[in-house]
Amino acid sequence: MKKCWVLGIETSCDETAAAVVENGDRLCSNVISSQMQIHRRFGGVVPEVASRRHVEKITGILQQALDEAGVRQEELSAIAVTQGPGLVGALLIGVAAAKALSFATGVPLVGVHHIAGHIYANHLVKPLRFPLVALVVSGGHTELIHMPEHNRFERLGRTRDDAAGEAYDKVARVLGLTYPGGPEIDRLAKQGKPVIDFPRAWLEPDSLDFSFSGLKSAVINYLHNAEQRGERVDKADLAASFQEAVMEVLTEKAVRAARFKGVSNLVLAGGVSANSALRESLAARCRQEGIQLSFPPLELCTDNAAMIAAAGTYRFLDGERAGLELNAEPNLKLV
Amino acid sequence: MKILAIDTSTLVLGVAVTEEGSLLGEVTTNLHKNHSVRLMPTIARLLKELELQVEDLDAVAVAAGPGSYTGIRIGFTTAKTIAWSRGIPWVPVSSLAALAMNGIRFPGKIVPLFDARRHRVYTGLFRGNEGVSVPVKEERVTDLTAWLKELREEGPLLFLGEDVSRFREEMVRMLGGQAVFGMGRENAVSATHLGQLAFARLRSGEKTEDMEAAPNYLQLTEAEAKWVRSRKRGEPR
Repeated sequence: MKKCWVLGIETSCDETAAAVVENGDRLCSNVISSQMQIHRRFGGVVPEVASRRHVEKITGILQQALDEAGVRQEELSAIAVTQGPGLVGALLIGVAAAKALSFATGVPLVGVHHIAGHIYANHLVKPLRFPLVALVVSGGHTELIHMPEHNRFERLGRTRDDAAGEAYDKVARVLGLTYPGGPEIDRLAKQGKPVIDFPRAWLEPDSLDFSFSGLKSAVINYLHNAEQRGERVDKADLAASFQEAVMEVLTEKAVRAARFKGVSNLVLAGGVSANSALRESLAARCRQEGIQLSFPPLELCTDNAAMIAAAGTYRFLDGERAGLELNAEPNLKLV
Repeated sequence: MKILAIDTSTLVLGVAVTEEGSLLGEVTTNLHKNHSVRLMPTIARLLKELELQVEDLDAVAVAAGPGSYTGIRIGFTTAKTIAWSRGIPWVPVSSLAALAMNGIRFPGKIVPLFDARRHRVYTGLFRGNEGVSVPVKEERVTDLTAWLKELREEGPLLFLGEDVSRFREEMVRMLGGQAVFGMGRENAVSATHLGQLAFARLRSGEKTEDMEAAPNYLQLTEAEAKWVRSRKRGEPR
């Protein structure tokens, strides 16, 4: 069989990334230039700073991804680029580079949805088994997606306000933890006990949507009230309580979604899938329910281009092609 | 030597191919539409009309700023990627130097400018010399009034740029007959001029840019400027 090499390009937020994937599931290279250190001083990602950095880094990263894979530009079957969602100025760099490379080489171009990419991160370690339900949790997304087969997506639920990762970052900020807050809270929570009863937003009885802004406000109010009464708050207990409230809702809704669709494969994806409490909570629940759970290795949880190349491979094989007028879509819909 | 020249630093979109500094073809539109969507198809269409393949190009020139941040980045990334892919040199050229090319036959000095908002402009001072624009003062982003004061001693001045009309009254008030204004086509960058400037630089054997070169924004991002100020005041973080 002729080898299908796809170059992935990802610049939707603060990582400049390129990767080569063979036949949709074998990682040949995976290069990431993270800007986390740069944005830390600002307490969050500054879009203009991110865009500027992408322009400087993108070409060298593309070169490195091809070099490490030992694949020449003209040997590529396709170029896959994150089209959205994300920061528009940041997305534009990846899209402009992908289109220019496609034009200069004649290699076909496909646009990829960032969330589809996160789901396909799993495919790089263990082939996805269909039908499946994916729980995608990151700083920008909290969604439940049903996939009957490759490259087919149906959205079952999403956050109506803050993404789970966003709630983590905001709570981390009021606790005085460093950015990004997710790993910090996860670490702190291990030292505490979930003794505070924070609200869980279940929404309508049959809803698979999420809401985390109420929980975030409850945590902030709890801190303020304690401060006004001059009481000391055990930050570890507070982190553990907040984390438990998030995990309970994510776990329960993911299992509900799998049951609703009658599927026995659940896939975890996105930056927050690196969270140890979420992995443990889902693993325990899935064992009870007889559901097969997969999650990506830590290095593929956060934004990377290998996942974009993997997802792009199946779009390419499905016959999808993007033209040179391809544009970045900050609010791109998966379905 | 065939050079592909790209300008997306303002609302104008310009693409040209030059050979030994002479025009082979140029497309310029002032549609105020999305550069991200239109740039690559415009390049492809122009090359097709000229019956050229991307393999025929010897270098890529790009307007490297100052100008619209997003615009510059689209042109810069596109130019850099094509050049990298083809293994040919790429030459970032000042958008202001390119605009000043429209006035090199003017006997005085040339002041190209773009609106930088809040009464500030991206600008510089140039003069024509042997068919190219040469900088007399360093490019800058500055308050317009302060800039006009500084220019009083510079003799006759030709102001160029689509945004100049917004400031014309103040220019005449401060400089009187010393201020001359560009007309029509003279106020928009011509991508051919970019190609000419790049050709002059390549011919003189100037070193071309490395892959990590950055566009010339002329100023820090607001977040960085704020951070620098807070550090100077000795605030924590």
